[in-house]
Amino acid sequence: MGDNTKETKFHTIAVLVDNEPGVLARIIGLFSGRGYNIESLTVSETDPVNRLSRITIVTSGTPMVIEQIKAQLSRLVPVKRVSDLTTDGPSVERELALVKVRGKSEPRVESLRIADIFRARVVDSTTESFVFELTGSTDKVDAFVDLMRPLGLIEVARTGIVAISRGPGAL
Amino acid sequence: MSQARMSGAEIIIKALVDQGVDTVFGYPGGAVLPIYDAIFQQNHLRHILVRHEQGAVHAAEGYARSTGKPGVVLVTSGPGATNTVTGLTDALMDSIPIVCLTGQVPTHLIGNDAFQEADTTGITRACTKHNYLVKDVNRLAHTIHEAFYVARAGRPGPVVVDLPKDVQLASGDYVGPTDIRHRTYQPRIKGDARAIERAVELLAQAKRPIVYSGGGVINSGPRAAELLVALVKKLGVPITNTLMGLGAYPATDRQFVGMLGMHGTYEANLAMYNCDVMLCLGARFDDRITGRIDAFSPNSRKIHVDIDPASINKNVSVEIGIIGDAASIIEDMITVWDARRYRIDPAALEGWWQQIDEWRGVDCLRYDRDSKIIKPQYAIERLYALTKDRDPFITTEVGQHQMWAAQFYKFQRPNHWMTSGGLGTMGYGLPAAIGVQLGNPGALVVDIAGEASILMNIQELSTAVQYRLPVKVFILNNEYMGMVRQWQELLHGGRYAESYTAALPDFVKLAESFHCVGLRAKRPDEVDDVIGEMMAVDRPVVADIVVDPAENCFPMIPSGRAHYEMILGSAASKPEATTEGLALV
Ligand SMILES: Cc1ncc(C[n+]2csc(CCOP(=O)(O)OP(=O)(O)O)c2C)c(N)n1
Ligand SMILES: [Mg+2]
Repeated sequence: MGDNTKETKFHTIAVLVDNEPGVLARIIGLFSGRGYNIESLTVSETDPVNRLSRITIVTSGTPMVIEQIKAQLSRLVPVKRVSDLTTDGPSVERELALVKVRGKSEPRVESLRIADIFRARVVDSTTESFVFELTGSTDKVDAFVDLMRPLGLIEVARTGIVAISRGPGAL
Repeated sequence: MSQARMSGAEIIIKALVDQGVDTVFGYPGGAVLPIYDAIFQQNHLRHILVRHEQGAVHAAEGYARSTGKPGVVLVTSGPGATNTVTGLTDALMDSIPIVCLTGQVPTHLIGNDAFQEADTTGITRACTKHNYLVKDVNRLAHTIHEAFYVARAGRPGPVVVDLPKDVQLASGDYVGPTDIRHRTYQPRIKGDARAIERAVELLAQAKRPIVYSGGGVINSGPRAAELLVALVKKLGVPITNTLMGLGAYPATDRQFVGMLGMHGTYEANLAMYNCDVMLCLGARFDDRITGRIDAFSPNSRKIHVDIDPASINKNVSVEIGIIGDAASIIEDMITVWDARRYRIDPAALEGWWQQIDEWRGVDCLRYDRDSKIIKPQYAIERLYALTKDRDPFITTEVGQHQMWAAQFYKFQRPNHWMTSGGLGTMGYGLPAAIGVQLGNPGALVVDIAGEASILMNIQELSTAVQYRLPVKVFILNNEYMGMVRQWQELLHGGRYAESYTAALPDFVKLAESFHCVGLRAKRPDEVDDVIGEMMAVDRPVVADIVVDPAENCFPMIPSGRAHYEMILGSAASKPEATTEGLALV
């Protein structure tokens, strides 16, 4: 059973929970109390009828630690289901970023050109700034942000990863 | 038919009664006055007034462990709630079902830093299995029923229900406890059949097998212990128990090799180290058991049965993990064993027993029996000899005396031994004994204590007296925080920083001032008389047994060392912890 490899890897874990007060605090408390990493975390109600929320956590650890994280999550009373999207088959992962760039003349035009290549949308503009909206993989968002840096990047807001399995199955 | 509307406080009482609760351990205050008012006006529930809220939780733990029913606590908001934190953490670590009701400021004041407001659900989130804040009186009954379900189900634990005062006063509808199943939390009871078959097959092929069982077998109920005995007898193999698991298997039986772990027996630890197949039942491979983790039983194939999936492969990776209730899984194992007519290779088993008997021959628990001062081990041996026929319940505080109690008291039955294992809480034993006595009227209940620990919850003697609970506090008074002194002697160059318990009270007079009986033994030949008198009086007793202040508790595996690096006694050369070991607790 136990996989003894010591290699640390990133895993994206989806957790379906009862949407009740304190549930997020429980999850975060579990991670901080047991010394697990949180690379990113997103949460929102996804099933209002049954009052269920979905939390997507990107964490890292050895296979034994990841097993522990899943088991510890599963034993929280309001947790309904836990899935390791990294190992439970193929999945799609996306992030959304809002990126504010300030500048004039050539850098400003350049930022628009790059946004076009990345299929980012302009959601706010003034004569000296743009806010771009971009969705994609974490790598893509990273690349976009890097390219914007010399062009007057002043602020970034990212959602962190949301993910879902490919194919007809559901969590 | 719709239920009559009741006040929140009445709903709480009715829910408790419908859950089969007969005893509540509590302490009043402003935020729970409506509940106390409702208690005053009924006679289904008995309220036991403790003298400190920590005592209430430990008493509830003692009650729960000795009766198998959840323990119930009622305290006020703010300081009442924060005083329960140690007890709740203790119950969480040792998997004890507790429902703790805390008062809270009225809902409209929550978050206002109101008088005696504390963020109770926030504070207790990390030390409970689950907790609730009830804001709607119509959710009250359901929430309390659910709290009992969660406290008991799966791996048991403490649950807090925080109750704002306005909710206690509002009127609402009551619902009964029928059919309270949590919408998401439904732990698995029955073990996977295929895994059980594989486990039994592995056992049948063993040459040097051992069974290692823990508190999970006790928590599963008395039937689990009966089945454990049946399985171990059938297999003919050695069995060791953890501190929490003592009593699951009769300690006087030949197949019992004693407790394992840091202060476990030589034979138990060496058998664990050298075994080829290990069956772990309801224990969790914690650091007191394993010693240095990478040297823990390096050549064995391991089977782990536990109700908590998170316990499996946490510290030690195992070949076969089986999730479920101990009784159910042991029973299934026996069925498979019988059906397949398995038998462990008799020659191999014979050789294994010879080896174990050789280790036994070392007599690792020997001590100086001719001493002119009372040896603590002697005091417990006498206590065992003179009380065993009364099938007593033993609780302990924390320290050397606790380990000597575990080593020298020969437990025969489950649920008769209550000690703070996971948290190691000094001050646990006296309130726990009070809870045990309430759950088991007429039984002999002894708290084996240290003189330092007992002072941490000594106020509970008042509780014992008020409710005529004839608990016996048996103090092994070595005038030191002995366990601290021992570590300082062995690991910190004999610099006894702050471990001498100076300015001790006269325990006999202290007992008398509480209206208890105080007794003292100073010489070995006085011990039997004191024990005899202690048992003869039908009142709470404090027996001050003046023992050797320098005695150390052996065997001992120093921190960070492996099982085979166990130190046997004072005569042996000075042990050393590894550098990393010094950092361990
Ligand atoms: C609440 C708490 N504080 C501190 C400790 C650390 N500690 C462990 S054993 C011990 C000494 C206990 O002394 P005593 O009760 O006299 O028992 P002895 O070891 O002498 O038998 C201490 C301070 C603890 N376990 N619990
Ligand atoms: Mg002492």
